[in-house]
Amino acid sequence: MEALLSTLLFYLFSLAAVIAGVMVVSLKNPVHSVLSLIVAFFAVAWLFIMLGAEFISMLLIIVYAGAVAVLFLFVIMMMDINFAELRQGFTKFLPVGIIVALLFFLELFVMLRLSNFAVRAIPLANAPAPDTAGSNTMVLGKILYTDYFLAFQVAGLVLLVAMIGAIVLTLRHKEGVRRQRISGQVSRSIRDSIKVVKVESGRGI
Amino acid sequence: MATAFLEIGLTHYIVLSSLLFTIGVCGIFINRKNVITLLLSIELMLLAVNINFVAFSAYLGNLTGQVFTMFVLTVAAAEAAIGLAILVVYFRNRGTIAVEDIHMMRG
Repeated sequence: MEALLSTLLFYLFSLAAVIAGVMVVSLKNPVHSVLSLIVAFFAVAWLFIMLGAEFISMLLIIVYAGAVAVLFLFVIMMMDINFAELRQGFTKFLPVGIIVALLFFLELFVMLRLSNFAVRAIPLANAPAPDTAGSNTMVLGKILYTDYFLAFQVAGLVLLVAMIGAIVLTLRHKEGVRRQRISGQVSRSIRDSIKVVKVESGRGI
Repeated sequence: MATAFLEIGLTHYIVLSSLLFTIGVCGIFINRKNVITLLLSIELMLLAVNINFVAFSAYLGNLTGQVFTMFVLTVAAAEAAIGLAILVVYFRNRGTIAVEDIHMMRG
């Protein structure tokens, strides 16, 4: 009964992921595309939970659906784009795209049938569970901070470079906008900023 | 034949991931003019790669695949941030995001 339920859930979520994927590439409005991408992320996150990879699943929901997809939404909604113009050539490229995709999938499928993990592979339920000594998150953290420490730091560096790059690309100095100049403020002295004026009576400054 | 469909194995996950990857490739071909949908298709392809990584990781009982999924997520986030930043700058300069007009850096 439990195996049947997990089979049903697998087909449900993979169907949801595939349908959402088709909607991502075929919908007219990019906002709707991003929303269906979020649906695909959630479906795949459920599949990851079924595989026992809870941490990656939560990462997918929090980082992907929570940050990257929202970034996409922000950018799309901030730009005033003529979506109809971008749709030109959709029907022209559709046959080519479908043919290429079919060829590609056929190649993948043939490769899958020829390789030794073919359709008669051991069910995942019989495979050893990835978390041998504790929760998935704990084991993942243990190897991430020991075996893959250097790669982890490099991943952080990649994110830092991406952050600096995005800021440098989008920052602009507009004319006529007063900005705070901290160096100027700090290097002011009393002599520059205060002037003692002797005002004669009855005349003003 | 029925057991091949009822017992969920590694192959099912690989077929799902190749389906999603193919949809991403197809999306790149049919949305030639829309940079945003191109970026979304790339995200879809990276998601398919992640399914492969995690499925093999669970199947082999080895966590390396999940660690590399994190690195793929990192690179994908960086790529999305830089791509969207370039898109914003391009839109600010040109007022459009049509891919065919992008030849400013041609020598």
